[in-house]
Amino acid sequence: MDQIMAVLLRSGVLLAASLVFIGGIIYLSRHDSPAIDYRVFQGEPQELRTVGGILREVAKFHGRGLIQLGLLVLIATPVARVLFSVVAFLYERDWTYVAITMIVLVLLCYSLFGGGL
Amino acid sequence: MHTMEFTLLVFMGSLLAGFLGSLTGLGGGVVIVPMLTLLFHVDIRYAIGAALVSVIATSSGAAAAYVKEGYSNVRVGMFLEIATTVGALVGAAVALHLHVSVIAIIFGLALIYSAFASLREKSEQKSDVAPDRIATWLRMDSSYPTDKGMTQYHVRGVPLGFALMFGAGVLSGLLGIGSGAVKVLAMDRAMKLPFKVSTTTSNFMIGVTAAASAGIYLSRGYIDPGIAMPVMLGVLGGSLVGARVLAGAKVRSLRLVFAVVIGFLAVEMIYNGFAGKM
Repeated sequence: MDQIMAVLLRSGVLLAASLVFIGGIIYLSRHDSPAIDYRVFQGEPQELRTVGGILREVAKFHGRGLIQLGLLVLIATPVARVLFSVVAFLYERDWTYVAITMIVLVLLCYSLFGGGL
Repeated sequence: MHTMEFTLLVFMGSLLAGFLGSLTGLGGGVVIVPMLTLLFHVDIRYAIGAALVSVIATSSGAAAAYVKEGYSNVRVGMFLEIATTVGALVGAAVALHLHVSVIAIIFGLALIYSAFASLREKSEQKSDVAPDRIATWLRMDSSYPTDKGMTQYHVRGVPLGFALMFGAGVLSGLLGIGSGAVKVLAMDRAMKLPFKVSTTTSNFMIGVTAAASAGIYLSRGYIDPGIAMPVMLGVLGGSLVGARVLAGAKVRSLRLVFAVVIGFLAVEMIYNGFAGKM
């Protein structure tokens, strides 16, 4: 069980880093310009904030979209880990901890898809 | 500054932050926000978004190594994660409404605390503590590997630990840090877990806590790919190298230097917060 968990975590991070790296190269090769002034907070455009929007950007092969996809994979890695723990506790028939882990999972999904409080 | 120049400089800085953070056990996230805001003049909201992402990367990477060794207590971690995720959601929601100067001041105070906590002597051996009613009901008592083989331990102070974890979650969501120092405080001091179990379980929890607030930060447009890319790759790379070097390295003096640096950054952040320069 622990072995699978370790592989899951490692491959999640590795996949995320590769996507961010490739996205970064595309982004840098196309943005040969003075850096954006990050002193002024503007917030990201709508297409870089939601799962659907990011996927559409990736389909257009945009560097920034690909980086954002890598970051999504990274955020999803701990979520996958919690999901995996639910299964592990189910397997052990440890109902108290199935319930506890489910609560954590619901909270995480709420944050990812609920769009905040 | 040119985009390429900005990216490379942030990458180098993050590489160093990740390296020192993993050597000293403070984590790379705590230095990222002051580095981005004070050195690169990035808005603190973008800085927090990028730091959160790097915290998830290092926590998941390190946790992969720890779960196999059997130190971390998954039951304790999962139970306390209810408190940290709720806290992280609250913290991230509050951060959206607070003025950036206030966030900078709170950040500075949290930095000072983590610097102090990193210098404190570790209480390695706990005197045998009696079983606790709540911990027994939640089957939290466990054992961990020591030189004398597997050693049993009892868990205590669950309500206090839970409350402290809520606080750790709020800080994490508010400031984009892992708040490992507060998590270790809750488990090591309040719940009387062995130190090694506290640190590894804390690491296991940091990624989940950070993921809870990262979702909110992403949907609010606080996570910018141009900043998060060099920060995430740099911190991750630096912490991997740091973990390699850690075996057999004398970190006592390095930890002191790092704590002093963090103290300076903290004072500057608090000053800037009061001066309204954030």
